[in-house]
Amino acid sequence: MSEQLDQLLNEAKSAIDAASDARALEQLRVDYLGKKGRVTELLKQLGGMAPEERKSFGERVNRVKEAVVSAMDARGATLEQAELARQLAADSIDVTLPGRGVAPGGLHPIARTIQRIEQLFNELGFETVEGPEIEDDFHNFGALNIPELHPARSMQDTFYLRGGQRVLRTHTSPVQIRTMKAVVESGRRPPIRIICPGRVYRSDSDRTHSPMFHQVEGLYVAENVTFSDLKYDLETFLSRFFERDVKALFRPSYFPFVEPGADVHIRWADPGKGERWLEVLGCGMVHPKVFEAVGLDPERYTGFAFGMGVERFAMLRYGVDDLRQFFNNDLRFLEQFA
Amino acid sequence: MKLSENWLREWVNPQATINEISDRLVMGGLELEIEPVLETLPQGVVVGRIVKAERHPQADRLQVCEVDVGQPQKLQIVCGAANARAGMNAPCAVVGAKLPDGMEIKQAALRGVDSFGMLCSAKELGLAEKSEGLLELDHDAKPGTPIEQYLGLKDNVLNLEITPNRGDCLSVLGLARELSALYAIPMKRPSFPQAVVVGHSQVKVEIEDLQACPHYTGRVITKLNPKAITPDWMRERLRRAGLRSIHPVVDITNYVMLELGQPMHAFDSGKISGQVRVRRARAGEKLELLNGETLEFNHGELIIADDHGPLALAGVMGGQESGVQVRTTGIFLESACFAPTAVAATARRHKLASDSCYRFERGVDPGLQRSALERATQLILQICGGEVHPVITAGRPPAEPVTVRLRQTRLNQLLGHEIAEKDVEQLLSRLGITTRHELGGAWIARVPSYRYDLRIEPDLIEEVARLYGYDRIPAKPYAARLAPGRPSEAARSLSRVQDVLVSRGWQQIVSLSFVEPGLQGQLNPDARGIPLDNPIADTLSVMRTTLWAGLIPAWLYNRQRQQNRLRLFEQGVAFADVDGQIVETSRLAGLAVGAALPEQWSSAARPTDFYDLKADVVALLGSTAGEYRFEKAEHPALHPGQSARILRGERPAGWIGALHPKLVRTLDLPEAPLLFELDWEVIRDTRVPVSQPLSEFPSSRRDLALVVPETVSADALIACAKASGENLLQKVFIFDIYRGDNLPTACKSVALGLIFNDYSRTLTLEEIDASVARITSQLTRELGAVIRQ
Repeated sequence: MSEQLDQLLNEAKSAIDAASDARALEQLRVDYLGKKGRVTELLKQLGGMAPEERKSFGERVNRVKEAVVSAMDARGATLEQAELARQLAADSIDVTLPGRGVAPGGLHPIARTIQRIEQLFNELGFETVEGPEIEDDFHNFGALNIPELHPARSMQDTFYLRGGQRVLRTHTSPVQIRTMKAVVESGRRPPIRIICPGRVYRSDSDRTHSPMFHQVEGLYVAENVTFSDLKYDLETFLSRFFERDVKALFRPSYFPFVEPGADVHIRWADPGKGERWLEVLGCGMVHPKVFEAVGLDPERYTGFAFGMGVERFAMLRYGVDDLRQFFNNDLRFLEQFA
Repeated sequence: MKLSENWLREWVNPQATINEISDRLVMGGLELEIEPVLETLPQGVVVGRIVKAERHPQADRLQVCEVDVGQPQKLQIVCGAANARAGMNAPCAVVGAKLPDGMEIKQAALRGVDSFGMLCSAKELGLAEKSEGLLELDHDAKPGTPIEQYLGLKDNVLNLEITPNRGDCLSVLGLARELSALYAIPMKRPSFPQAVVVGHSQVKVEIEDLQACPHYTGRVITKLNPKAITPDWMRERLRRAGLRSIHPVVDITNYVMLELGQPMHAFDSGKISGQVRVRRARAGEKLELLNGETLEFNHGELIIADDHGPLALAGVMGGQESGVQVRTTGIFLESACFAPTAVAATARRHKLASDSCYRFERGVDPGLQRSALERATQLILQICGGEVHPVITAGRPPAEPVTVRLRQTRLNQLLGHEIAEKDVEQLLSRLGITTRHELGGAWIARVPSYRYDLRIEPDLIEEVARLYGYDRIPAKPYAARLAPGRPSEAARSLSRVQDVLVSRGWQQIVSLSFVEPGLQGQLNPDARGIPLDNPIADTLSVMRTTLWAGLIPAWLYNRQRQQNRLRLFEQGVAFADVDGQIVETSRLAGLAVGAALPEQWSSAARPTDFYDLKADVVALLGSTAGEYRFEKAEHPALHPGQSARILRGERPAGWIGALHPKLVRTLDLPEAPLLFELDWEVIRDTRVPVSQPLSEFPSSRRDLALVVPETVSADALIACAKASGENLLQKVFIFDIYRGDNLPTACKSVALGLIFNDYSRTLTLEEIDASVARITSQLTRELGAVIRQ
């Protein structure tokens, strides 16, 4: 009897090990453990045995049954794993092929630079304001203390329209005038803290001059605005823009609409060259005549203004050495700034 | 302006190198560059005197000279210069000498005659780009004197660029004043003895416009030596200032201008008839200028005239006729003060530039005329000899200096930094500004006449700050006072909207705002462009009325560089003349061309079409895209069957479409790009979202296959379905369009998806069927739709 059981178990084990898939295994389950299975049949014999014998035989049959079940479970797990592995292998793809659809384009480096400058000043409480690009004499010159025959006019080669009645703005400074006038005319009062980015125009075209370029103007008017405040904001801006401690040099300079006036130089080293001072922006304290032109009391209010060339900042920041590249719109150039 | 360092140091001599001086001036607000007179000095070149010059026995063009170089032994030198002659002084390079260009002088035999050196031209010494003959030196030059010493060649040139407010620095005197202030050291003060008046020739001078010419001085000098020549030292200083030596008298007036900043003019006194008048030109008067140009006056230009008519354009340029000539022996010397605007107006109108007008435009010291006249007289006597006649004056120099009130509190307040009272006084005094205390912490400052630019309190504050040093005013953190506005949440930022395009594969460009009028005229014939009065090129002569005028050239530029699939957009202003008014509108425009997708392994290649572009445009419109409609409409630049006007409600928002095939031909384009242009102001605002309740009940979908005439638009179908579906119909959309032979002619089959839903209950089948029936019958009635079997 015992040999018979051992043989049964051995037969079952080899059959199970030989089962090649889940279905064959299931058939074996039926053959051995099903209602008419060979193990089940043995258990049925228990009923006709003496109690002594029944107990020992029962224990043995049950051990065989457990051994068959566990062999089947083990085989089942193995088969399942193999099946999964097969499926995974079949589903495999080349993940290095590119994705479908379009790749993103990009912003123009000038737009990108303006966004950054704007953001840095917005965080300091400067609000962005815009103004027209075709201006009249008053806003572009007169109100900025640049009277008609002043030599400062020949500093800026102006584009005229309408027989000299209008100009393409030569700087973003007219936005200062418009903003201050709007504040006065609407019955409000300073503080005014604005930043004005935009296109400006000068009739000059060569390797280092484009007839159109971009500026960002800044203006802060309130009671007790000081030159020291101006230095603080600009030094802060420069260090934030370049993400390092920037040594800024404020040098006396002249713009008719500020007094005192300064231009700001930073210590700069082009790759492979020595350090030098490089002019990056102009600034100063708002001239009383400008306040008078817009109807603000120059005794009560003081203010500072500054203006910077966006192209200069973009060139320094991104290592662009030819101004004209910005306006050729060569995709191979533009894509570098995506 | 260029000036010699040595000349400047005669007036003020800081114990500092020229580079240190340059830095100091730069920090004081002047811009300048330093250039050496000669990069390399000549070695072994001395003053030589040609004692004897004889024709070379073998060569007609050569002379054999005997040259005294200050040694007992005279040198035999063979020379080919035409002007070499006995008695002449010229630079002589002795054997062993080295010229600036590296040439070494050796003993040589020229056509069989030994030569022990070389007589030099200006070019050979590096003093001129080109020159003819030997550099002729003054008769009193001492043979043997090293040439670098004789000509003072160890010198630098300061090349100054001044800001328009600092006209006072345009001279040795002015620069010396500035350096004296910056270094706080004394300088030589100009004082020129009045010349002894011998003659009594008078020219009567009258000023008609004292505003334009507040002060005029002049004098006659006669019996000048017509053979006088400008001495080497003066010639060299003029040369270093970039001025050519012309005539001793002209050279002297230029020299005084450089030295003191007073532009002067010398008339040939023989050419002046009657009285000299400083007056406005009468219409039609003419004058031939020194530069050969003849002007006709029609705008009341300020001129110097005599009884016969114009002699000179005041402060700008003299006349040809009345100018000093080679044989002139009598002159009328003018030293006058003209108002900046009077000179600038003439110069600007006639597009003239001169050293004189450059200075007058920026302001010439109104107190300087008399001393400049005396200085010039002194130099003329010294160089040309002559007989001096009395000074003639009209108008007068300012009697009282300008005073400006400066408050200590204001100074400290504007700078945000305290500068001690005595420091302020001391800094101002360095600039020649004397101060008097007033009650209440203020000064009355007396501004010297040459500082035209100091008229109000902040001008003085700048002067104090600049001498004190901008770098010593600390940058202190401060609390800014703000008046923040209320930014609209509905208003989208440009950068956010641009990012939508960027993420969909578009590249931003920036093109010039002025464009080629021909191209633009074809793209946008109905808009009136605004031309520039003074364009830099014909191809950039009109302001753009549409951004397409920049996008198309940018496309072609890249196409030439093998870029065939492009998505370009630009944001910027378009300018138009609308009923005489200049209207600027901010636009967002784009151009798409080439394949719908970049070439890739798994998507079939197909060209971009209208609907690709439309999807991108709709994405741009944001959450309120539903407020827009695309209305079939014609635009001169667009394909009439593939273009739409975009409307937001009734507001035109822009255009979309394919470029008109006619334009593709006339503009000779390789293919038809797709274009869009949107008005940024119209599309900018979306809305602040308002939350809606969500339905808890299931929705039901019904699909309809309809055969409709081709002319029935998708919008019409959807609008009709929506209108008849009432509130239960939550959404209608087209999910298929079919065209085929099995349909009636000029018809298409459209598959509509209908979604029904209610917020308060589950809809019954009967309700939905009834609604579908209503919709169907309405579609049939209104649009001739037939349910497809």
